[in-house]
Amino acid sequence: MSNTTKDWTAQIYAIRDKQDQAAFAELFAHFAPRVKGFLMKSGADASLAEECTQEVMATLWRKAHMFDPSRASASTWIYTIARNRKIDALRKQRRPEPEDLPWGPEAEPEQADAIGLKQETEQLAVAIKELPEKQRSLIEQAYYGDLSHSEIAEITGLPLGTIKSRIRLALERLRHAMK
Amino acid sequence: MNMTDTIKHHLTPEILMAYSAGTLPEAFGLIVATHVSMCDTCRSDLASYDAVGGVVMEDAKLANVSDDAFAATMKLISTGDSTPLTPRRSSGTLPSPLQDYIGGDLDQIKWKPLGMGVKQAILPTSKAATARLLYIPAGAAVPDHGHNGTEMTLVLQGAFVDEDDRFARGDVEVANEDLEHTPIADVGEDCICLAVTDAPLKFNAFLPRLAQRFLRI
Repeated sequence: MSNTTKDWTAQIYAIRDKQDQAAFAELFAHFAPRVKGFLMKSGADASLAEECTQEVMATLWRKAHMFDPSRASASTWIYTIARNRKIDALRKQRRPEPEDLPWGPEAEPEQADAIGLKQETEQLAVAIKELPEKQRSLIEQAYYGDLSHSEIAEITGLPLGTIKSRIRLALERLRHAMK
Repeated sequence: MNMTDTIKHHLTPEILMAYSAGTLPEAFGLIVATHVSMCDTCRSDLASYDAVGGVVMEDAKLANVSDDAFAATMKLISTGDSTPLTPRRSSGTLPSPLQDYIGGDLDQIKWKPLGMGVKQAILPTSKAATARLLYIPAGAAVPDHGHNGTEMTLVLQGAFVDEDDRFARGDVEVANEDLEHTPIADVGEDCICLAVTDAPLKFNAFLPRLAQRFLRI
């Protein structure tokens, strides 16, 4: 079984609720080598990638209370933290971010949404693995910054429909809960 | 800031995917972040492209971290800024990513007149693309122009209409060089837009072409 099927929600909640270093060590063992590999493939040299990886993992700790498993899996969420660090370190331009949605005890995520999203993210991972080699490599190049926008346009036909509707549903619930 | 139910014109998949990959020029990143702040449809689309990024990172070739990496990270956590992070949310008319560039809400924009009541304010971004706010009086035409590259226009107040369509608050128009159009601000209210280009606009009329040279439009 691939590691993508592991659910890291419990570890992230343990950091959020009791600053649990053992849970953090598990996350670190899995994600730090991936974050560093991703940053190096994106053009960072080994020492910059090492430094950024430590900062990404520290940000994970600090932002644990903002993790919402009904809107992003752990790997998705950590990817966005790594992506942001990559822009700051490699591109050296400001990085406009959307407004945050409300979170907190008033808007505790629906467990069914979290489970559904996790399953759909796993299906996405399988679908990407099963793509023809050429197309899969184009997707990787798009995320490593090696493709132009018109080239990206040719590969956006990914099977994302169920994930989009799942996240949309979670957003609607969240908005409704905050009214 | 959510306008989801009334927005009819959205960001394209390739723009959202490039934002998720972190490869867009700053000015395009700004218009994406501003639109997504207003639009749950594009927010969920963007989140699904982030999921693709998560899969790509999950499958990345592993790189060994240094032996003391975990200890060094724990040290970063204990010595770093421990101020709790709070949500960034706009209390005004404009979404917060745009307010960050203006230094405030609508009343803080430093407009420069372009003639005929039309005004603009160029926002400070990296040079790869230009972001500007445009103010078009109700019923007035935006000078007739084609496009050299990609232009995206996001309506922040009022609405504009062109030959084909109507764009109201939250709507984003994505145009390329094939499009020649004459947008006109709707009569109800003065129109304010965020327009981003990766090349200077080419105007068809003589006077605006002069303005283009002198005013960086």
